[in-house]
Parts: sequence; C-alpha cells; structure tokens
Amino acid sequence: MAIAKVYGIETEYGVQVVGGADGNPTTASSVLINSYVAQLAGRVGWDFEDESPGRDARGFVRDGSMAPEVETHLVNTVLTNGARFYVDHAHPEYSSPECATPVQLVTHDRAGEVVLERAMTAARRVLPPGEEIVVYKHNSDGKGNSYGCHENYLVDRAVPFARLAREVTAHLVTRQVYTGAGKVGCEADPEAPTAFEITQRADFFEEEIGLETTLKRPIVNTRDEPHADATKYRRLHVITGDANLAEVATLLKVGVTALVLLLLEDDLLSERELVLARPVQAMRSVSHDLTLSEPLELVSGETMTALEVQWELYGAARKYAEERGLEAVGSDAEGRLVLDRWESVLAGLESEPSTLRHELDWVAKLELIDAYCARHGCDLSDHRVAALDLQYHDVRPERSLFRHLKMERVVDEDAVEHAVTSAPRDTRAYFRGECLKRFGPAVVAANWDSIVFDVGADPLRRVPMMEPLRGSAAYVDTLFEGCDSAAELLRRLGA
Amino acid sequence: MTERELKRRAAPAKETTEVADDAPASTERGERLKAEIDDLLDEIDEVLEDNAEEFVRNYVQKGGE
Repeated sequence: MAIAKVYGIETEYGVQVVGGADGNPTTASSVLINSYVAQLAGRVGWDFEDESPGRDARGFVRDGSMAPEVETHLVNTVLTNGARFYVDHAHPEYSSPECATPVQLVTHDRAGEVVLERAMTAARRVLPPGEEIVVYKHNSDGKGNSYGCHENYLVDRAVPFARLAREVTAHLVTRQVYTGAGKVGCEADPEAPTAFEITQRADFFEEEIGLETTLKRPIVNTRDEPHADATKYRRLHVITGDANLAEVATLLKVGVTALVLLLLEDDLLSERELVLARPVQAMRSVSHDLTLSEPLELVSGETMTALEVQWELYGAARKYAEERGLEAVGSDAEGRLVLDRWESVLAGLESEPSTLRHELDWVAKLELIDAYCARHGCDLSDHRVAALDLQYHDVRPERSLFRHLKMERVVDEDAVEHAVTSAPRDTRAYFRGECLKRFGPAVVAANWDSIVFDVGADPLRRVPMMEPLRGSAAYVDTLFEGCDSAAELLRRLGA
Repeated sequence: MTERELKRRAAPAKETTEVADDAPASTERGERLKAEIDDLLDEIDEVLEDNAEEFVRNYVQKGGE
C-alpha cells in the first residue's frame, strides 16, 4: 500500500583547485568542508554503525564489499539542518536531510548549493592568495568520469522488489526528457561527432539492475540500506538522475517519481505493461534524441516514445489523484502542483521544447549554446562551447551561467536561507538538527537513524530513530520545552 | 479515453489560434526575445572563462559515488 513518502537527495560536486599547486581533489574537498564547519559553533562526526552498502535488496550480502570504516579518516560531518556534508571518494558530497514533501526537498537541495557557496568563500580565507577551490553541480567532467546525484524514497517493504524494479525502470528511462541537465559530447562513444545530448548521466549506464554505483552502473540500484525499520520500509536509491540547477526540473524529478511510486505501491501503474525491451539502450537513445520521437520497444512488442510513456504514467497518476488523493506525496496540494506542472511540461516538450527554456536545464543550456554559436559563428566542437557547458554548473553565483538565465523559481530564498541552518520540521531530521543546535557538545556522533550522546560519567547513549516521520516537531517539541541539557533530554526519553 | 488523447487534441488547436490572431504581436515578442538574448550573450561573454581551451583541458575529475 502507498505509504507517506520521505525524500532525500545526495549530490557529489565536481571540485577544482584554481591557481594553486596542490590539485588533489580529496584534500581540496576536505579543506572545503573543514573551512565551512570551522566557522560553525560545533562539529559532530558521522556514525557508521548502521551502514551496510554491500547489502542487496535481492536478498544477499556481497562478499568483500568495502567496509565504510576505511573512509572514516575523511571529513564527515552533520549540520544543524540535519544534512550530512562530507568527502566521498574525491568529491565534496552534500546529503540533504529527510524531507516530507517535494517542495521541501527542492528547498533543501538549493540550501545545499548555498552551503557549498559558503564553503568556497570560507576556504578562500584559509588558502594562499590567488588560490581558490571551485565546485560544480553536475555529473561529468566531459572526459568519461562521472559522479552522482542520488535520490532516496521511502517505499513500502511489502512491495516485492522484483516488481518494483521491473515497473520503475520505464519511468527512470523516460523521465530523462525533463530531468536532463544537458551535455555536449557523448562519453559512451568518444569517436562520435560532437553533439548535444539531453542528460549528463545516460552515457554511464551499462546494466539493468545491480548493486554497483561506480562501475557497470545499473538503472535500478539494489542497495538495501533502509536507514529505518527494515521490516516495514525500503529506501529506493535512484542513481540515474542528473544534478539539476533548475528548480522546476528538481521538483519534477522527485515529485513525479514519488507519484509513480504511489501507483506502483498500489499496483495501479498502468493497464498496459510498461516494460522496456532494452532499457540500457533506451537510456542512451532517449538522451541522444533531441526530437523526442525515438520509438522504444516494449517487451509486449509495441513501441512507444519517451513522451508517450510519460503521458501514460501521467494519465494513471491523474486518475489516482481523483480517486484516492495525493496525501502520500506529503500533501495533496503539492501532489497536484506536481501533476499540473508535469502535464504542462510534457505538453511543452511535445509542441515546442524551447518554450521551457526557463524551466528545464537541458533546454536552457541548449538555447544558450545555440545563441552563442550563432553570435560567434562557431559550432559544438569549439572549446568555448565546452567551457560554456562546464561553466553553466559553476556554483559561484558570479560565475554561474545558470544564474544569468533567470530561471523560474519553485522556492523562495528566505525559505532556502532558513534551510541552510534548520531541518525540515516534519521528519526525524528535526530531532537530529535540534539536538545539534541545543546540545551540540554532548552529541558525539549522529547518522540517519540514531544519535549518540556523551553526557559525562555514563557510557555513551545511542538514541535510535527508526521511524523517519517521528522525531518531527509535532512529536518532539514538547520534549525539548524547558529541557536544558542532553542528560535531561535522555531522562525524558527514558533512554 | 486516456488523458493523453484529450491533451494532444487540445494542445495544437490552441497554438493555431495564437499564431493566426496576433501575428504582429508575435513579431514584437520575437524582437523582445532577441534583445533579451543579446543582453544575455553580452553578460556571458563577460563572465566566460578567458582561456576556454585550457580551462576545459584542466577540468579532470575522479569518478565518484
């Protein structure tokens, strides 16, 4: 049965040292994060107790999967907004706190950009003059190296994983028509003539399903770490998406996927079976088809275009909304907001994609590149076009080409500013964030589903948070009222 | 009948009316759009990295995730 969705998004940023000798990306990422947290009051480490990236949703544990402890020497911190900000491989990564609605998620994704902006400013103060660390919100260096932007959705554990995987694939492949961030030059085939493609990520997917995220990437990732009560919940970890700057694109990426998951949980996805015959090939052909007309073969033998698959899903979601309401998205009003925008964007893509230049990243970038080439008489193979493609994603506001495009906003900047330091009120991120704000020095570690306190003489005390929607303000505000120490909080919790 | 079929019939009809009714207005809109794009390109030319070739060549990342 469709359960209330809880959302999260993790973004690995590209990182570059400018004007300095040491270009080590791991060091640069550490400097960036350390500089940011050093200017904050306290600092709390991440707790790896419940991490098990080798556990597979298909029911086995992979031998030799790397224990997360090997990375504990890298910078890893929790912020008062409930987010995790850390070094992952050679990139700074920002994992949003758990959010209860799509718009909340967009707000916190944008707050992550602001944290990175401030981290760059803070790093400039500790670096030698002329040296700077710059980050890019995108997924590829254009040379065959990719890094992810992963979404997370809470899903009913009762839905058989095999059905979930089978049915969600067509959506993940076809939603690229609005989730793409655009890219010049194919990385799956470097010999191909330089062309514009809709997504940054499609070139990097080689399997239909699997546990990997760094090589032989699968369209459906089977990592089974619910970070919640594993008897009730599954966390669907979606690794196919592009990192979006356009807020409308993020809203649709997350909001529509949530709608599709409601349909899937209630087994109402579509009357016809929307299962692609060759999903890996389809990922790429959708990404490379700017006419949006490429027929994709289904296992039934029929063919449909990406837009036709999306319209079919849209029809099912609209019907679902009328019959059952969309409260499970987080709020019925937001569910309808997502539905309406989904409809208008699909209609725009069908009639004239350029009308979406203020809504979707790939359209905005393509229009910009076309106009630039027309003015300068160059083509897509020009270095300036590659520079433009890259600089679209520069997170520094004064250098970001995206910021010059006056794209439509979904969230207001005051809400974003609040989200830089404060957690969503409707999930357990609130409890995590408030504990850090109020009793920071007593919190020795935190992770998604627990917090560890050190209150002096006693052994360390772990407070589990296995229910993602408890620990919200409604649950814990009375607990915090008049509570002046961590010891008192633990006493009240009866821990 | 599915929502999609309804939608598809509605969309092109609306477009035809627009084009037929306000041809002069859309020329005006077109010119305004062109002016906007020109201004934008001026801004972009100012902030775009100076040595594009070197900038792009030096941007090499390790894989992640």
